[in-house]
Amino acid sequence: MDKKTLLIIGREFITRVRKKSFIVMTILGPLLFAALIIGPAWFATMEDREVRVIAVIDSSRLFIDKIPETEYLKFDYLENTTVREVREKFPETDYYAVLYIAHIVTSTPSAVQLMSDRPPSMNIRMHIANAMEKEIERQKLAAYDIENLDAILAAVRTSINIRTIVWQDDGSQVESHSELAIIVGYIGGFLIYFFIFLFGAQVMRGVIEEKSSRVIEILVSSVRPFQLMLGKIVGIGLVGLTQFLLWVILSAAIIFATQQIFFSDLAVPSSENIVIEDMFSSSTLQQAQPVEEADTQIFREFLASVSAINFGVMLGAFLFYFLGGYLLYASLFASIGSAADSETDTQQFMLPVTVPLILSIIVMMNAIMNPDGAIAFWFSMIPFTSPIIMMARIPFGVPTWEIALSGGLLVGTFIFTTWLAGKIYRTGILMYGKKVNYAEVWKWLRYSG
Amino acid sequence: MELFAARNVSKSFVNHKALSGVSMHVPAGSIYGLLGPNGAGKTTLLRIINQITAPDTGELFFHGRRMQSADINQIGYMPEERGLYKKMKVGEQLIYFGRLKGLDKKTAMERIKFWVGKFEIRSWWNKKIEELSKGMQQKIQFIITVLHEPGLLIFDEPFSGFDPINANMLKNEILALRERGATIIFSTHNMSSVEELCDHITLIDNSKVIIEGEVNAIRQQFKLDIYRVGFQGDEKKLRQILGGEYEVLDMVESKPSEHLARIKIHRQTTDNMLLSLLLPHFHITSFTEEIPGMNDIFIDLVNRKQEEVSQQTYQHG
Repeated sequence: MDKKTLLIIGREFITRVRKKSFIVMTILGPLLFAALIIGPAWFATMEDREVRVIAVIDSSRLFIDKIPETEYLKFDYLENTTVREVREKFPETDYYAVLYIAHIVTSTPSAVQLMSDRPPSMNIRMHIANAMEKEIERQKLAAYDIENLDAILAAVRTSINIRTIVWQDDGSQVESHSELAIIVGYIGGFLIYFFIFLFGAQVMRGVIEEKSSRVIEILVSSVRPFQLMLGKIVGIGLVGLTQFLLWVILSAAIIFATQQIFFSDLAVPSSENIVIEDMFSSSTLQQAQPVEEADTQIFREFLASVSAINFGVMLGAFLFYFLGGYLLYASLFASIGSAADSETDTQQFMLPVTVPLILSIIVMMNAIMNPDGAIAFWFSMIPFTSPIIMMARIPFGVPTWEIALSGGLLVGTFIFTTWLAGKIYRTGILMYGKKVNYAEVWKWLRYSG
Repeated sequence: MELFAARNVSKSFVNHKALSGVSMHVPAGSIYGLLGPNGAGKTTLLRIINQITAPDTGELFFHGRRMQSADINQIGYMPEERGLYKKMKVGEQLIYFGRLKGLDKKTAMERIKFWVGKFEIRSWWNKKIEELSKGMQQKIQFIITVLHEPGLLIFDEPFSGFDPINANMLKNEILALRERGATIIFSTHNMSSVEELCDHITLIDNSKVIIEGEVNAIRQQFKLDIYRVGFQGDEKKLRQILGGEYEVLDMVESKPSEHLARIKIHRQTTDNMLLSLLLPHFHITSFTEEIPGMNDIFIDLVNRKQEEVSQQTYQHG
């Protein structure tokens, strides 16, 4: 790249990076992102750190001292009282809720009520329901009067954990984790969509600004229009990359820091603890594994599923498809800007550019559910949709030849659109006060001067 | 020595012909006027010289050789539609445009310091362009045009949009630039500035060159052999003395007992013969040849051209 183009890239980059809006976006982006991840976990732990006592009025007398307590959840079994009495005194007591169990509970499951002055949390309800179901099941089985019941139960109980394995062409196999792949696919696809729109529109606005302020004529008396267009596209693309990398770094830093400050005393948030204990306490009996080991096992599995997603490949793919998609669309946005005198003139030309982008997002929903389907395949080949669709498919594993073909088509197309846009651009930037339509643009394209 | 020349340059746009077979020769060190009515093709020609657009046919020469793309670094252009980055600060903007024209940062800085000091605008350094008045912006625009000390300066309608004080300043700067050896082309329809500044002109109308050459030569060429004679004596005697070779166009009493006559002489005679005829009879107070102003020539030529065109269409029709 020659000196003048570099100079233009430098100006486009520096004037934008110094803007307040860029700095605000750079800081707010990761904060929002981190808040989305940390927030729910944080609130969940805040809630569960408070010790809650639930008053139990058990008319059936089947569950007294049978519901397991946890560190933060205690049960107080009341005798010789009624719901009405407890309700009258409720404001003075420290009870979180009142659990009423009618005596017909074994035949009518809806005979259990949890009452409080606020909606009780989902975790607590599930905890009580699970405990009671298990207790009823135990008592019903006990009624059959089978010898060595506990041993039999322990022996028959088996936990199934389905692992999905994908056979590779080279004979190796890879464990796939669809849920995580779906999330990563969505985030990748949306980010590309977002960046193309955001920074493509900036290119367009930049071109219109130079045109409407008439600075363009001085510029093109110093550099060729193509250098100017290329410099602007590359400069703004670098702003996008910088923003993305800053987001990644800042997000990671914020999440890490918050973990260190707030969650250092907890290996796993306790809200999960209840569920985990529930799932594993019995299933691991056969293997005689202590509960702690089960915890670390599921944690290890989670880590394994995270590391199964090759983040190096993901980052590489993201950068490639972001740049390819951006270059393709930015050159179109630049030519739209050159044909307009003001932003309001751009409407008619914007439509054909925005339609494939929005279509990509719709197709992405389908592609994520069925990443190897015909729709996903074809739309990840078409260069106008491939950056978003292929990005969404990659976490599920895509054959190398497909990526190579899609990437090659994308590169070829953006070289073509940049060339095409350059032709429109150099005529458009010097055209003032004229309503430009498609017929006019067609003439510019055929016009060789 | 010619600094710049255009030979047979033609340019068509989608819907009209902007230039057809235009040639011009700009001597080094001259101030060259590009004249013509609106829409004649002046701006297109200036854009071609600046390599903003390429001609369909024809050749451009710079320093006697074919013009190359690197030559734009030796041209300074101030377009008719002035424009700067509104949100960019004055200092940064000056450095940026200087570097775009091939200056390194250090040289650009030194020269900017000189100009900023000259125009006494040092305090604007950190102001954004949009905070400046129009006159102030014009000064910045001028500095950008001359910063890289180009051999050829091109001003498109330089005096439009300037108030009289700034217009005068610009005129002096243009003359000073020529003193330092620069060649200047400017387009205008302000004829008084042409007479004041230009050595050479090209008149373009309707995409064609109508006349090209030295201003004085053109005015001589268009003179109508009319003399203004101021005299004291019997004014009635004047017509009696002068024969058929002379024609008194009009005569007025300019001062008490002094008259001013406009006399046209015909081909066979000369101004000396006229003077020798008059001297024995009158006390001559002034004797000058009437040379037409560029304004008259301009209007005359453009009208004549249009008549020809309408006659041609009449004949063809």
